[in-house]
Amino acid sequence: MIHTEHLTKDFGEKRAVDDLTLDVGEGEIFGFLGPNGAGKTTTIRMLGALIKPSSGQARVAGYALDHDETEIRRRVGILTEAPGLYDRLSAERNLEFFAELYDVPDVPGQVERYLRMLGLWERRAEAAATFSKGMRQKLAIARALLHEPQVLFLDEPTSGLDPEIARLVRDFIEELKVEGRTIFLCTHNLDEADRLCDRVAVFNGHLLALDTPAALRGQLYERAVVFHLRQVDPAWAVKLESFPFVRKAEVVEGKLVVTLDDPEANNPKLIRTLVEAGADLQFVGELRRSLEDVYLRLVQ
Amino acid sequence: MRKIWVIVRKEWAEVFKNRFVFFTIAFMPLILTALPLIMLSVMGSSGDMAGLSTSDMPSQFTALCGSLSGSDCAQYYLVSQFLLLFMLMPLAIPVTFAAYSIVGEKTTRTLEPVLATPVTTLQLLVGKALAAAIPAIGVTWFSFGVFIAGVQLITSNGALTGQLGAGVWLLAIFVAGPLMAVAAVSVAVMVSSRASDPRVAEQLSMLVILPLLGLFFGQISGFILINQRVMIYLVLGLVVIDAALMVFATQLFQREAILTRWK
Repeated sequence: MIHTEHLTKDFGEKRAVDDLTLDVGEGEIFGFLGPNGAGKTTTIRMLGALIKPSSGQARVAGYALDHDETEIRRRVGILTEAPGLYDRLSAERNLEFFAELYDVPDVPGQVERYLRMLGLWERRAEAAATFSKGMRQKLAIARALLHEPQVLFLDEPTSGLDPEIARLVRDFIEELKVEGRTIFLCTHNLDEADRLCDRVAVFNGHLLALDTPAALRGQLYERAVVFHLRQVDPAWAVKLESFPFVRKAEVVEGKLVVTLDDPEANNPKLIRTLVEAGADLQFVGELRRSLEDVYLRLVQ
Repeated sequence: MRKIWVIVRKEWAEVFKNRFVFFTIAFMPLILTALPLIMLSVMGSSGDMAGLSTSDMPSQFTALCGSLSGSDCAQYYLVSQFLLLFMLMPLAIPVTFAAYSIVGEKTTRTLEPVLATPVTTLQLLVGKALAAAIPAIGVTWFSFGVFIAGVQLITSNGALTGQLGAGVWLLAIFVAGPLMAVAAVSVAVMVSSRASDPRVAEQLSMLVILPLLGLFFGQISGFILINQRVMIYLVLGLVVIDAALMVFATQLFQREAILTRWK
Protein backbone atom coordinates (compact mmCIF):
# COMPACT_ATOMS: atom_id res chain seq x y z
CA MET A 1 0.00 0.00 0.00
CA ILE A 2 2.99 2.27 0.64
CA HIS A 3 6.21 1.75 -1.22
CA THR A 4 9.18 4.10 -1.11
CA GLU A 5 12.50 3.88 -2.90
CA HIS A 6 15.44 6.03 -1.83
CA LEU A 7 13.07 8.78 -0.77
CA THR A 8 15.04 11.88 0.16
CA LYS A 9 14.08 15.39 1.21
CA ASP A 10 16.42 18.35 1.54
CA PHE A 11 15.56 21.76 2.95
CA GLY A 12 18.38 23.89 1.62
CA GLU A 13 21.59 22.47 3.04
CA LYS A 14 19.78 20.32 5.57
CA ARG A 15 18.81 16.76 4.66
CA ALA A 16 15.65 15.94 6.59
CA VAL A 17 14.99 12.48 5.13
CA ASP A 18 17.79 10.42 3.67
CA ASP A 19 17.34 7.49 1.33
CA LEU A 20 14.22 5.99 2.86
CA THR A 21 13.20 2.67 1.34
CA LEU A 22 10.32 0.73 2.84
CA ASP A 23 7.12 -1.16 2.09
CA VAL A 24 3.94 -1.12 4.13
CA GLY A 25 1.34 -3.75 3.35
CA GLU A 26 -2.43 -3.40 3.11
CA GLY A 27 -4.14 -3.57 6.49
CA GLU A 28 -0.87 -3.22 8.36
CA ILE A 29 -0.26 -0.93 11.34
CA PHE A 30 3.23 0.38 10.72
CA GLY A 31 5.02 2.24 13.49
CA PHE A 32 7.40 5.02 12.51
CA LEU A 33 9.54 5.85 15.53
CA GLY A 34 12.22 8.43 16.01
CA PRO A 35 13.31 11.37 18.14
CA ASN A 36 12.04 14.92 17.65
CA GLY A 37 13.42 16.41 14.44
CA ALA A 38 14.14 12.97 12.98
CA GLY A 39 12.12 13.73 9.83
CA LYS A 40 8.98 11.75 10.69
CA THR A 41 6.57 14.60 9.95
CA THR A 42 8.46 15.43 6.76
CA THR A 43 8.08 11.78 5.70
CA ILE A 44 4.33 11.87 6.39
CA ARG A 45 4.03 15.12 4.46
CA MET A 46 5.83 13.60 1.48
CA LEU A 47 3.76 10.41 1.54
CA GLY A 48 0.56 12.43 1.95
CA ALA A 49 1.51 14.44 -1.19
CA LEU A 50 1.79 17.65 0.80
CA ILE A 51 5.40 18.33 -0.14
CA LYS A 52 7.55 16.98 -2.94
CA PRO A 53 10.56 14.75 -2.32
CA SER A 54 13.95 16.06 -3.45
CA SER A 55 14.75 12.66 -4.95
CA GLY A 56 13.57 9.08 -4.86
CA GLN A 57 10.17 7.63 -5.62
CA ALA A 58 7.11 6.48 -3.77
CA ARG A 59 3.74 4.93 -4.45
CA VAL A 60 0.85 5.37 -2.05
CA ALA A 61 -2.44 3.49 -2.50
CA GLY A 62 -1.26 2.53 -5.97
CA TYR A 63 -0.49 6.07 -7.15
CA ALA A 64 2.92 7.55 -7.88
CA LEU A 65 3.91 10.47 -5.72
CA ASP A 66 5.36 12.48 -8.57
CA HIS A 67 2.33 12.12 -10.92
CA ASP A 68 -0.87 11.60 -8.99
CA GLU A 69 -0.74 13.93 -6.01
CA THR A 70 -4.44 14.73 -6.04
CA GLU A 71 -5.39 11.05 -6.32
CA ILE A 72 -3.14 10.27 -3.36
CA ARG A 73 -4.71 13.05 -1.29
CA ARG A 74 -8.15 11.59 -2.06
CA ARG A 75 -7.06 8.21 -0.71
CA VAL A 76 -5.12 9.12 2.39
CA GLY A 77 -6.19 10.65 5.66
CA ILE A 78 -3.75 12.61 7.77
CA LEU A 79 -4.02 13.29 11.46
CA THR A 80 -1.59 16.14 11.94
CA GLU A 81 0.41 16.61 15.11
CA ALA A 82 -1.79 19.56 16.14
CA PRO A 83 -5.54 18.95 15.70
CA GLY A 84 -5.85 22.17 13.66
CA LEU A 85 -9.56 22.82 14.13
CA TYR A 86 -11.53 25.94 13.30
CA ASP A 87 -12.22 27.07 16.84
CA ARG A 88 -15.13 29.39 16.05
CA LEU A 89 -16.96 26.75 14.03
CA SER A 90 -19.03 23.97 15.52
CA ALA A 91 -17.80 20.39 15.49
CA GLU A 92 -20.36 19.59 12.82
CA ARG A 93 -19.38 22.56 10.62
CA ASN A 94 -15.70 21.66 10.96
CA LEU A 95 -16.41 18.20 9.57
CA GLU A 96 -18.85 19.41 6.91
CA PHE A 97 -16.20 21.74 5.50
CA PHE A 98 -13.68 18.93 5.11
CA ALA A 99 -16.27 16.46 3.82
CA GLU A 100 -17.11 18.97 1.06
CA LEU A 101 -13.44 19.45 0.19
CA TYR A 102 -13.05 15.67 -0.05
CA ASP A 103 -16.16 15.38 -2.28
CA VAL A 104 -17.84 13.02 0.18
CA PRO A 105 -21.15 11.96 -1.48
CA ASP A 106 -23.40 12.09 1.60
CA VAL A 107 -21.94 14.90 3.70
CA PRO A 108 -24.57 15.06 6.49
CA GLY A 109 -24.74 11.26 6.77
CA GLN A 110 -21.00 10.78 6.92
CA VAL A 111 -20.52 13.64 9.40
CA GLU A 112 -23.19 12.16 11.66
CA ARG A 113 -21.66 8.68 11.38
CA TYR A 114 -18.24 9.77 12.60
CA LEU A 115 -19.52 12.20 15.22
CA ARG A 116 -21.57 9.35 16.70
CA MET A 117 -18.73 6.83 16.35
CA LEU A 118 -16.40 9.06 18.33
CA GLY A 119 -18.99 10.10 20.90
CA LEU A 120 -19.29 13.73 19.81
CA TRP A 121 -22.79 13.76 18.35
CA GLU A 122 -24.45 15.30 21.40
CA ARG A 123 -22.01 18.22 21.27
CA ARG A 124 -22.02 18.68 17.51
CA ALA A 125 -23.38 22.23 17.64
CA GLU A 126 -20.76 23.51 20.08
CA ALA A 127 -17.75 25.48 18.91
CA ALA A 128 -14.54 23.46 18.73
CA ALA A 129 -12.90 26.03 21.02
CA THR A 130 -15.02 24.74 23.91
CA PHE A 131 -13.78 21.17 23.49
CA SER A 132 -11.27 19.46 25.77
CA LYS A 133 -7.98 18.26 24.30
CA GLY A 134 -9.30 14.70 24.05
CA MET A 135 -12.46 15.81 22.26
CA ARG A 136 -10.44 17.94 19.87
CA GLN A 137 -8.24 14.98 19.05
CA LYS A 138 -11.29 12.79 18.47
CA LEU A 139 -12.74 15.45 16.16
CA ALA A 140 -9.44 15.59 14.26
CA ILE A 141 -9.48 11.80 13.91
CA ALA A 142 -13.06 11.97 12.59
CA ARG A 143 -11.92 14.59 10.08
CA ALA A 144 -9.10 12.34 8.85
CA LEU A 145 -11.56 9.48 8.30
CA LEU A 146 -14.53 11.27 6.73
CA HIS A 147 -13.62 10.33 3.18
CA GLU A 148 -12.93 6.69 4.11
CA PRO A 149 -9.21 6.74 3.23
CA GLN A 150 -7.37 3.53 2.42
CA VAL A 151 -4.24 4.80 4.13
CA LEU A 152 -4.19 6.73 7.36
CA PHE A 153 -1.20 8.71 8.59
CA LEU A 154 -1.41 9.36 12.31
CA ASP A 155 1.11 11.76 13.81
CA GLU A 156 1.20 11.34 17.60
CA PRO A 157 -2.49 10.40 17.92
CA THR A 158 -2.45 9.97 21.71
CA SER A 159 0.04 12.69 22.62
CA GLY A 160 -1.09 14.62 25.69
CA LEU A 161 -4.31 12.66 26.12
CA ASP A 162 -5.42 11.26 29.46
CA PRO A 163 -5.10 7.46 29.77
CA GLU A 164 -8.81 6.84 29.26
CA ILE A 165 -9.05 8.82 26.02
CA ALA A 166 -5.68 7.46 24.86
CA ARG A 167 -7.02 3.94 25.35
CA LEU A 168 -10.15 4.83 23.41
CA VAL A 169 -8.06 6.16 20.53
CA ARG A 170 -5.87 3.05 20.54
CA ASP A 171 -8.93 0.80 20.48
CA PHE A 172 -10.26 2.86 17.60
CA ILE A 173 -6.99 2.42 15.69
CA GLU A 174 -7.29 -1.34 16.17
CA GLU A 175 -10.84 -1.21 14.81
CA LEU A 176 -9.55 0.62 11.75
CA LYS A 177 -7.03 -2.14 11.18
CA VAL A 178 -9.84 -4.71 11.35
CA GLU A 179 -11.59 -2.70 8.61
CA GLY A 180 -8.50 -3.31 6.46
CA ARG A 181 -7.06 0.18 6.47
CA THR A 182 -3.33 0.70 6.36
CA ILE A 183 -2.12 2.80 9.25
CA PHE A 184 1.20 4.63 9.33
CA LEU A 185 1.67 5.58 12.95
CA CYS A 186 4.20 8.11 14.21
CA THR A 187 4.45 7.97 17.96
CA HIS A 188 6.77 8.62 20.86
CA ASN A 189 4.75 6.23 22.97
CA LEU A 190 6.81 3.08 22.50
CA ASP A 191 4.50 0.96 24.60
CA GLU A 192 1.68 2.00 22.27
CA ALA A 193 3.78 1.10 19.22
CA ASP A 194 4.65 -2.24 20.78
CA ARG A 195 1.00 -3.04 21.39
CA LEU A 196 -0.45 -1.76 18.13
CA CYS A 197 2.13 -2.14 15.40
CA ASP A 198 2.71 -5.16 13.20
CA ARG A 199 6.11 -3.73 12.28
CA VAL A 200 8.08 -0.70 13.33
CA ALA A 201 10.76 1.40 11.69
CA VAL A 202 13.23 3.29 13.85
CA PHE A 203 14.18 6.42 11.98
CA ASN A 204 16.53 9.30 12.66
CA GLY A 205 17.01 11.10 9.36
CA HIS A 206 17.67 7.69 7.87
CA LEU A 207 16.31 4.25 8.55
CA LEU A 208 18.02 2.59 11.53
CA ALA A 209 15.97 -0.60 11.76
CA LEU A 210 12.77 -2.12 10.42
CA ASP A 211 11.08 -5.27 11.63
CA THR A 212 8.45 -6.59 13.99
CA PRO A 213 8.93 -5.43 17.59
CA ALA A 214 9.74 -9.01 18.64
CA ALA A 215 12.29 -9.48 15.88
CA LEU A 216 13.98 -6.19 16.74
CA ARG A 217 14.29 -7.33 20.35
CA GLY A 218 15.78 -10.59 19.14
CA GLN A 219 18.27 -8.81 16.91
CA LEU A 220 19.52 -6.53 19.65
CA TYR A 221 19.17 -8.55 22.81
CA GLU A 222 19.80 -12.21 23.62
CA ARG A 223 16.97 -13.97 25.37
CA ALA A 224 17.15 -14.14 29.14
CA VAL A 225 15.20 -15.84 31.93
CA VAL A 226 14.63 -14.47 35.45
CA PHE A 227 14.44 -16.86 38.38
CA HIS A 228 12.76 -15.46 41.51
CA LEU A 229 14.17 -17.46 44.44
CA ARG A 230 13.50 -17.28 48.17
CA GLN A 231 17.27 -16.91 48.69
CA VAL A 232 19.99 -16.68 46.07
CA ASP A 233 23.33 -18.42 46.35
CA PRO A 234 25.92 -16.93 43.94
CA ALA A 235 27.35 -20.43 43.51
CA TRP A 236 24.18 -21.40 41.59
CA ALA A 237 25.01 -18.80 38.95
CA VAL A 238 28.45 -20.34 38.52
CA LYS A 239 26.89 -23.78 38.27
CA LEU A 240 24.42 -22.69 35.59
CA GLU A 241 27.18 -21.06 33.56
CA SER A 242 28.77 -24.50 33.13
CA PHE A 243 25.96 -25.42 30.68
CA PRO A 244 27.09 -24.82 27.08
CA PHE A 245 23.78 -23.10 26.14
CA VAL A 246 24.10 -20.55 28.98
CA ARG A 247 25.84 -17.35 27.90
CA LYS A 248 25.70 -15.56 31.20
CA ALA A 249 24.23 -16.08 34.67
CA GLU A 250 24.27 -13.33 37.30
CA VAL A 251 22.47 -12.21 40.43
CA VAL A 252 20.63 -8.95 39.86
CA GLU A 253 18.58 -7.33 42.64
CA GLY A 254 18.12 -10.64 44.44
CA LYS A 255 17.11 -12.51 41.31
CA LEU A 256 19.04 -14.91 39.15
CA VAL A 257 19.15 -13.67 35.56
CA VAL A 258 20.30 -16.19 32.98
CA THR A 259 21.02 -15.33 29.34
CA LEU A 260 20.72 -18.45 27.21
CA ASP A 261 19.96 -19.96 23.83
CA ASP A 262 16.57 -21.49 23.15
CA PRO A 263 14.89 -21.01 26.56
CA GLU A 264 11.90 -23.16 25.55
CA ALA A 265 14.18 -26.22 25.25
CA ASN A 266 16.70 -25.45 27.98
CA ASN A 267 14.67 -23.88 30.82
CA PRO A 268 13.58 -27.29 32.24
CA LYS A 269 17.25 -28.31 32.65
CA LEU A 270 18.02 -25.08 34.53
CA ILE A 271 14.98 -25.46 36.78
CA ARG A 272 15.87 -29.08 37.58
CA THR A 273 19.46 -28.09 38.40
CA LEU A 274 18.38 -25.26 40.70
CA VAL A 275 15.83 -27.42 42.54
CA GLU A 276 18.40 -30.21 42.98
CA ALA A 277 20.83 -27.61 44.39
CA GLY A 278 18.21 -26.71 47.01
CA ALA A 279 16.83 -23.50 45.57
CA ASP A 280 13.27 -22.50 46.57
CA LEU A 281 11.87 -21.43 43.22
CA GLN A 282 9.05 -18.87 43.43
CA PHE A 283 8.54 -17.69 39.83
CA VAL A 284 10.23 -18.11 36.47
CA GLY A 285 9.73 -15.68 33.63
CA GLU A 286 11.33 -14.38 30.48
CA LEU A 287 13.17 -11.08 30.84
CA ARG A 288 11.18 -9.05 28.38
CA ARG A 289 13.05 -6.20 26.76
CA SER A 290 10.76 -3.31 26.03
CA LEU A 291 10.58 -1.60 22.66
CA GLU A 292 11.93 1.40 24.55
CA ASP A 293 15.17 -0.54 25.25
CA VAL A 294 15.40 -1.41 21.57
CA TYR A 295 14.63 2.15 20.48
CA LEU A 296 17.12 3.78 22.83
CA ARG A 297 19.85 1.37 21.85
CA LEU A 298 19.26 2.07 18.16
CA VAL A 299 18.90 5.83 18.45
CA GLN A 300 21.79 6.35 20.84
CA MET B 1 -15.56 26.36 -8.69
CA ARG B 2 -17.63 24.43 -6.14
CA LYS B 3 -14.62 24.00 -3.86
CA ILE B 4 -13.80 27.70 -4.09
CA TRP B 5 -17.33 28.43 -2.91
CA VAL B 6 -16.94 25.87 -0.09
CA ILE B 7 -13.86 27.78 1.06
CA VAL B 8 -15.58 31.16 0.74
CA ARG B 9 -18.51 29.98 2.87
CA LYS B 10 -16.20 28.57 5.53
CA GLU B 11 -14.17 31.79 5.63
CA TRP B 12 -17.30 33.88 6.10
CA ALA B 13 -18.70 31.53 8.72
CA GLU B 14 -15.47 31.78 10.68
CA VAL B 15 -14.31 35.35 10.22
CA PHE B 16 -17.71 36.96 10.74
CA LYS B 17 -17.83 35.27 14.15
CA ASN B 18 -14.83 37.44 15.01
CA ARG B 19 -16.39 40.60 16.45
CA PHE B 20 -13.37 42.76 15.68
CA VAL B 21 -13.48 41.90 12.00
CA PHE B 22 -17.24 42.25 11.88
CA PHE B 23 -17.16 45.73 13.42
CA THR B 24 -14.34 46.83 11.13
CA ILE B 25 -16.36 45.78 8.11
CA ALA B 26 -19.51 47.43 9.44
CA PHE B 27 -18.05 50.54 11.07
CA MET B 28 -15.73 51.87 8.36
CA PRO B 29 -18.40 52.07 5.61
CA LEU B 30 -20.76 53.71 8.07
CA ILE B 31 -18.25 56.47 8.89
CA LEU B 32 -17.02 56.96 5.33
CA THR B 33 -20.56 57.20 3.99
CA ALA B 34 -21.94 59.37 6.75
CA LEU B 35 -19.06 61.87 6.81
CA PRO B 36 -19.55 63.43 3.34
CA LEU B 37 -23.32 63.41 3.79
CA ILE B 38 -23.03 65.26 7.11
CA MET B 39 -20.64 67.82 5.58
CA LEU B 40 -22.91 68.28 2.61
CA SER B 41 -25.87 68.78 4.90
CA VAL B 42 -24.02 71.26 7.15
CA MET B 43 -22.58 73.27 4.26
CA GLY B 44 -25.89 73.26 2.42
CA SER B 45 -27.87 74.48 5.44
CA SER B 46 -25.31 77.20 6.26
CA GLY B 47 -25.99 78.81 2.88
CA ASP B 48 -22.27 79.15 2.13
CA MET B 49 -22.70 77.71 -1.33
CA ALA B 50 -25.71 79.75 -2.35
CA GLY B 51 -25.00 82.19 -5.13
CA LEU B 52 -21.62 80.67 -6.02
CA SER B 53 -20.71 80.91 -9.69
CA THR B 54 -18.67 78.42 -11.70
CA SER B 55 -16.13 81.20 -12.12
CA ASP B 56 -15.45 80.86 -8.37
CA MET B 57 -14.30 77.25 -8.94
CA PRO B 58 -10.82 76.11 -9.99
CA SER B 59 -10.79 76.16 -13.79
CA GLN B 60 -9.96 72.42 -14.12
CA PHE B 61 -12.82 71.59 -11.84
CA THR B 62 -15.49 73.48 -13.73
CA ALA B 63 -14.77 71.16 -16.65
CA LEU B 64 -15.82 68.26 -14.43
CA CYS B 65 -19.07 69.93 -13.46
CA GLY B 66 -20.46 69.92 -16.96
CA SER B 67 -23.76 71.77 -17.02
CA LEU B 68 -24.05 72.10 -13.22
CA SER B 69 -24.73 75.54 -11.80
CA GLY B 70 -22.17 77.29 -9.59
CA SER B 71 -23.70 76.16 -6.28
CA ASP B 72 -24.28 72.62 -7.63
CA CYS B 73 -20.69 72.53 -8.82
CA ALA B 74 -19.53 73.66 -5.37
CA GLN B 75 -21.51 70.81 -3.80
CA TYR B 76 -20.09 68.39 -6.32
CA TYR B 77 -16.61 69.74 -5.57
CA LEU B 78 -17.20 69.20 -1.86
CA VAL B 79 -18.39 65.61 -2.11
CA SER B 80 -15.73 64.80 -4.71
CA GLN B 81 -13.11 65.45 -2.04
CA PHE B 82 -14.44 62.31 -0.42
CA LEU B 83 -14.26 60.14 -3.50
CA LEU B 84 -10.82 58.82 -2.61
CA LEU B 85 -11.74 58.31 1.02
CA PHE B 86 -14.75 56.38 -0.23
CA MET B 87 -12.31 54.16 -2.11
CA LEU B 88 -10.61 53.27 1.18
CA MET B 89 -13.30 50.67 1.75
CA PRO B 90 -12.24 48.16 -0.91
CA LEU B 91 -8.65 48.60 0.29
CA ALA B 92 -8.99 48.43 4.06
CA ILE B 93 -11.76 45.85 4.50
CA PRO B 94 -10.04 42.98 2.61
CA VAL B 95 -6.82 43.67 4.51
CA THR B 96 -8.56 43.18 7.86
CA PHE B 97 -10.40 40.13 6.57
CA ALA B 98 -7.43 38.45 4.88
CA ALA B 99 -5.05 39.14 7.76
CA TYR B 100 -7.36 37.34 10.19
CA SER B 101 -8.25 34.61 7.70
CA ILE B 102 -4.68 33.70 6.69
CA VAL B 103 -2.67 34.43 9.85
CA GLY B 104 -5.52 32.91 11.84
CA GLU B 105 -4.97 29.66 9.91
CA LYS B 106 -1.29 29.84 10.77
CA THR B 107 -1.81 30.38 14.47
CA THR B 108 -4.42 27.65 14.81
CA ARG B 109 -2.46 25.36 12.45
CA THR B 110 -5.52 24.61 10.36
CA LEU B 111 -3.87 25.01 6.96
CA GLU B 112 -2.13 21.64 6.93
CA PRO B 113 -5.34 19.59 7.16
CA VAL B 114 -6.82 21.74 4.37
CA LEU B 115 -3.74 21.25 2.19
CA ALA B 116 -4.00 17.50 2.80
CA THR B 117 -7.34 17.47 0.96
CA PRO B 118 -7.59 17.29 -2.85
CA VAL B 119 -8.15 21.06 -3.01
CA THR B 120 -5.60 22.79 -5.24
CA THR B 121 -3.47 25.65 -3.95
CA LEU B 122 -5.04 27.94 -6.54
CA GLN B 123 -8.57 27.02 -5.38
CA LEU B 124 -7.55 27.76 -1.82
CA LEU B 125 -5.94 31.10 -2.68
CA VAL B 126 -8.83 32.19 -4.89
CA GLY B 127 -11.33 31.11 -2.22
CA LYS B 128 -9.56 33.13 0.44
CA ALA B 129 -9.15 36.11 -1.87
CA LEU B 130 -12.82 36.09 -2.88
CA ALA B 131 -13.92 35.67 0.72
CA ALA B 132 -12.02 38.85 1.57
CA ALA B 133 -12.80 40.84 -1.57
CA ILE B 134 -16.54 40.11 -2.04
CA PRO B 135 -17.68 41.67 1.28
CA ALA B 136 -15.45 44.69 0.66
CA ILE B 137 -16.75 45.26 -2.86
CA GLY B 138 -20.34 44.55 -1.80
CA VAL B 139 -20.13 46.93 1.13
CA THR B 140 -18.53 49.62 -1.08
CA TRP B 141 -21.27 49.32 -3.68
CA PHE B 142 -23.99 49.28 -1.05
CA SER B 143 -22.48 52.32 0.67
CA PHE B 144 -22.28 54.09 -2.65
CA GLY B 145 -25.97 53.42 -3.19
CA VAL B 146 -26.76 54.78 0.27
CA PHE B 147 -24.54 57.77 -0.45
CA ILE B 148 -26.31 58.60 -3.73
CA ALA B 149 -29.68 58.27 -2.02
CA GLY B 150 -28.42 60.47 0.84
CA VAL B 151 -27.17 63.15 -1.54
CA GLN B 152 -30.53 63.18 -3.32
CA LEU B 153 -32.34 63.37 0.00
CA ILE B 154 -30.19 66.22 1.32
CA THR B 155 -29.88 68.31 -1.84
CA SER B 156 -33.03 67.27 -3.75
CA ASN B 157 -30.80 68.02 -6.74
CA GLY B 158 -31.19 65.49 -9.53
CA ALA B 159 -28.44 67.10 -11.58
CA LEU B 160 -25.90 66.67 -8.77
CA THR B 161 -26.99 63.10 -8.09
CA GLY B 162 -26.78 62.36 -11.82
CA GLN B 163 -23.26 63.72 -11.94
CA LEU B 164 -22.25 61.42 -9.05
CA GLY B 165 -23.76 58.45 -10.86
CA ALA B 166 -21.63 58.88 -13.96
CA GLY B 167 -18.06 59.14 -15.21
CA VAL B 168 -15.31 59.33 -12.66
CA TRP B 169 -17.40 58.06 -9.73
CA LEU B 170 -18.61 55.01 -11.62
CA LEU B 171 -15.07 54.18 -12.68
CA ALA B 172 -13.86 54.66 -9.13
CA ILE B 173 -16.52 52.58 -7.44
CA PHE B 174 -17.17 49.84 -9.98
CA VAL B 175 -13.75 49.36 -11.62
CA ALA B 176 -11.00 50.85 -9.46
CA GLY B 177 -12.67 49.59 -6.25
CA PRO B 178 -12.58 45.86 -7.13
CA LEU B 179 -9.04 46.28 -8.52
CA MET B 180 -8.00 47.87 -5.23
CA ALA B 181 -9.59 45.00 -3.31
CA VAL B 182 -7.52 42.52 -5.35
CA ALA B 183 -4.36 44.55 -4.60
CA ALA B 184 -5.21 44.65 -0.91
CA VAL B 185 -5.81 40.89 -0.74
CA SER B 186 -2.53 40.19 -2.55
CA VAL B 187 -0.61 42.43 -0.16
CA ALA B 188 -2.35 40.81 2.81
CA VAL B 189 -1.40 37.33 1.53
CA MET B 190 2.22 38.40 1.14
CA VAL B 191 2.43 40.04 4.55
CA SER B 192 0.54 37.20 6.21
CA SER B 193 3.03 34.69 4.86
CA ARG B 194 5.68 36.31 7.06
CA ALA B 195 3.69 37.65 10.03
CA SER B 196 2.57 35.42 12.85
CA ASP B 197 0.10 37.76 14.54
CA PRO B 198 -3.09 38.85 12.77
CA ARG B 199 -2.82 42.37 14.22
CA VAL B 200 0.75 42.78 12.96
CA ALA B 201 -0.30 41.46 9.56
CA GLU B 202 -3.21 43.86 9.46
CA GLN B 203 -1.11 46.86 10.47
CA LEU B 204 1.59 46.09 7.92
CA SER B 205 -0.95 45.38 5.19
CA MET B 206 -2.66 48.67 5.94
CA LEU B 207 0.38 50.38 4.42
CA VAL B 208 -1.33 49.57 1.12
CA ILE B 209 -3.64 52.56 1.73
CA LEU B 210 -0.74 55.06 1.79
CA PRO B 211 -0.69 55.74 -1.98
CA LEU B 212 -4.42 56.41 -1.84
CA LEU B 213 -3.99 58.80 1.09
CA GLY B 214 -1.24 60.51 -0.92
CA LEU B 215 -3.71 61.04 -3.75
CA PHE B 216 -6.30 62.32 -1.28
CA PHE B 217 -3.98 64.91 0.23
CA GLY B 218 -2.73 65.82 -3.25
CA GLN B 219 -6.31 66.50 -4.25
CA ILE B 220 -7.35 68.58 -1.25
CA SER B 221 -4.15 70.62 -1.51
CA GLY B 222 -4.88 71.29 -5.18
CA PHE B 223 -1.88 69.41 -6.66
CA ILE B 224 -3.98 66.70 -8.27
CA LEU B 225 -7.47 66.77 -9.66
CA ILE B 226 -9.12 63.38 -9.87
CA ASN B 227 -10.88 63.62 -13.19
CA GLN B 228 -11.87 60.88 -15.60
CA ARG B 229 -8.46 60.80 -17.30
CA VAL B 230 -6.63 60.44 -13.96
CA MET B 231 -9.06 57.72 -12.94
CA ILE B 232 -8.43 55.81 -16.21
CA TYR B 233 -4.69 56.02 -15.58
CA LEU B 234 -5.29 54.86 -12.02
CA VAL B 235 -7.32 51.88 -13.28
CA LEU B 236 -4.64 50.94 -15.84
CA GLY B 237 -1.95 51.27 -13.18
CA LEU B 238 -3.97 49.08 -10.83
CA VAL B 239 -4.32 46.39 -13.50
CA VAL B 240 -0.53 46.22 -13.82
CA ILE B 241 0.03 46.39 -10.05
CA ASP B 242 -2.60 43.70 -9.43
CA ALA B 243 -1.01 41.37 -11.96
CA ALA B 244 2.43 41.78 -10.36
CA LEU B 245 1.11 41.43 -6.81
CA MET B 246 -0.93 38.34 -7.70
CA VAL B 247 2.14 36.65 -9.18
CA PHE B 248 4.14 37.36 -6.01
CA ALA B 249 1.29 36.33 -3.73
CA THR B 250 0.70 33.08 -5.65
CA GLN B 251 4.39 32.22 -5.41
CA LEU B 252 4.35 32.79 -1.67
CA PHE B 253 1.15 30.79 -1.32
CA GLN B 254 2.70 27.52 -2.49
CA ARG B 255 1.83 24.35 -0.62
CA GLU B 256 5.40 23.54 0.41
CA ALA B 257 6.23 27.14 1.32
CA ILE B 258 3.15 27.33 3.55
CA LEU B 259 3.96 24.12 5.37
CA THR B 260 7.66 24.57 5.82
CA ARG B 261 8.26 28.32 5.91
CA TRP B 262 5.12 29.80 7.44
CA LYS B 263 6.25 30.05 11.04
